[in-house]
Parts: sequence; structure tokens; C-alpha cells
Amino acid sequence: MTRSNPKSLALRGARDAAPFVLVVVPFALLFGVVATEAGLNIAETMGMSVLVIAGAAQFAALQQMVADTPTVMILATALAVNLRMAMYSASLTPFLGAAPLWQRACAAYLMVDQSYMLSVAKYETEPDLTLRERVHYYFGTMILIGPAWYVASLVGALVGKAIPPEFALDFAVPITFLAMIAPMLRTLAHVAAAATSVVLALAFASLPYGTGLLIAAAAAMVVGATVEVLAGRARA
Amino acid sequence: MSMSTPQIWTIIVLLALGTFLIRFSFLGLVGDRPLPPVLLRLLRYTPVAVLPGLVAPLVLWPAATDGAPDPARLAAAAATLAIGLVARNTLFAILGGGATLYAMLWLVG
Repeated sequence: MTRSNPKSLALRGARDAAPFVLVVVPFALLFGVVATEAGLNIAETMGMSVLVIAGAAQFAALQQMVADTPTVMILATALAVNLRMAMYSASLTPFLGAAPLWQRACAAYLMVDQSYMLSVAKYETEPDLTLRERVHYYFGTMILIGPAWYVASLVGALVGKAIPPEFALDFAVPITFLAMIAPMLRTLAHVAAAATSVVLALAFASLPYGTGLLIAAAAAMVVGATVEVLAGRARA
Repeated sequence: MSMSTPQIWTIIVLLALGTFLIRFSFLGLVGDRPLPPVLLRLLRYTPVAVLPGLVAPLVLWPAATDGAPDPARLAAAAATLAIGLVARNTLFAILGGGATLYAMLWLVG
């Protein structure tokens, strides 16, 4: 049985996460390219990719930096995109909460969609894993994805300058966002939230400092949650 | 962008700190305490509440055309969304959207 050896759990994490390298690499490349085009130098681009490691929030921040949005509003929008990770953090706590503080801090730094989803799925299907095995699996999922994110960001930043404007890279960010949003529209509640967000963001587009987007986002969250409750009631 | 270097680094560092605190919140600080269902329900919709509103003006009023709606970019946006909805795959949607954008830019000129 390989189960007794926590190291093998790290390898299994790495193996389970390997296919996601194909998702992470183009995404990070694109971030590097778009960040460079937007005017960030290589240190700034890499600073963001290494310190933040959260693709959607990085793209959101970048977009608003280009639009010269005030810092507070940039942070509010980008952090709002990352709020879902509070939910990840809460749902990982029953499984990893007993680990030493430094391990939990590292786990927090490496908390991305892939490490969270793979790990929780693993913990739920194999409830008798020890704490050490769970920790090894979690970090295992990031052995490939983490470095892939950094390296592809760097490559994107290095080649970004060489890409001429005819390639219409301005539209890479909207396309990337749409491509992330579409698979999220799984339920009526998600669709209602997205529609609210679009309509209100357009209606309030003239409000200063990106406040329109924050109002739209807050309203959309409430709409999503409300539709979920109503739909649940209709089913019951 | 017209931001100064200190301003850019301020954003990067604060974004990194804020993101870390969100990730560390329950795992490191709050511990294993059940979240109020209302809060969980709201958190579930954050990405889908923020990103569509962020992207909608970029699609309708692209900066590259000085804010004039552009057929190539609208078609690319529609294709990305459609492929993403059908295939449930972000990468396919990006590739399909990019292909549509280039095809349309080439056709329309």
C-alpha cells in the first residue's frame, strides 16, 4: 500500500494536477504579455504573479491600472474577485486546520482554484487520510502548477514587447474574462448574478472611480444568493 | 498607463497582502467554525458578480476603437461566451474567441 507514505501523496497530488498545467501556462503567458503591453516592467509583472498568484484578480487589477482608476478602487475590485477564496479557506479548515501555522500559511499562499478543488475532492473521497497525507497532497498539487505559473508569466513578459499592435491584444483581457465567466454560469442563480452585474455596470459606467462596478457587484451577489434561495424553495 | 513606479508597487504589495489575508482567513485566523449560510451563499457569487460587470464596458466600448462598438470585437466576445457555455472549458473559449477576433479583423479590415 502506498497509503502509508505521505510522500507518495505529494506525487499523487502532482499527477492529479498535471493536466491543469495546460490551463495555467497559456493563462500566465497571456498575463505576462498583457501586463507588459499595459506598461509594467518585468519586475512589476513578476512581482504581481509571484506575490499575488491569482489570475483573475491580476487581470482585473491590470485593467483598472490601465484605466487610471484610483488605488483604493483597484484594490476593492481585485480583492472582490478573490473573495471566493475566503470560502475555499473555510472549507479547507476542517481538513488542514490542525497543521502547524507555517504550513497553513504556505497553504494559504498556494490556495488557487486548482489546489482547492483537487484537495477537497480528494479529502472527501478518502476520509481516512492522515493530516500529514492531506498536507502532502495539497502541496503536491502545486509542485507543477506553481512553477508553471511563474515561468510562463516571465516568458509572456519577455515576449510581450515583441508583439505588434495589429494583434489586437487589447481584447485578450475581455476574451479571457468571458472565457472564465462562461463555464461558471451553471445555475439560474449564477446567470441572474452575471446579468445583474452587466446591466448595472453599464448603467453606472459614468460613476467616478469604478464605484459603478462595485455597486453592480454587490447587487449581483445579493441577486445570485436570493435566486438560489428562491430556486431551492421552488424545488422543495 | 500613467502610474508611477511607487504607485504600481503599492498596488502589487497591497493586493498581495489582501489576497493572502483572504486565503489565510479561516485556515489561519478564524479556525474551524461554521460560516453563516447567508455569507457562504453571497461568497459563492463573487466571481460571477464582479467579472461580468468588469468586462461588459470593455466589450461594448473598446478603448482601441476610442469607445466605438466594433463588430470584430463584439463577434469575438459572443463566440468566446458561446464556446465557454457549450464546452465548459476556459481554454477552448479563449482560443475560439481569439480565432474569431482575428478572422473578423481580417474580413472587416
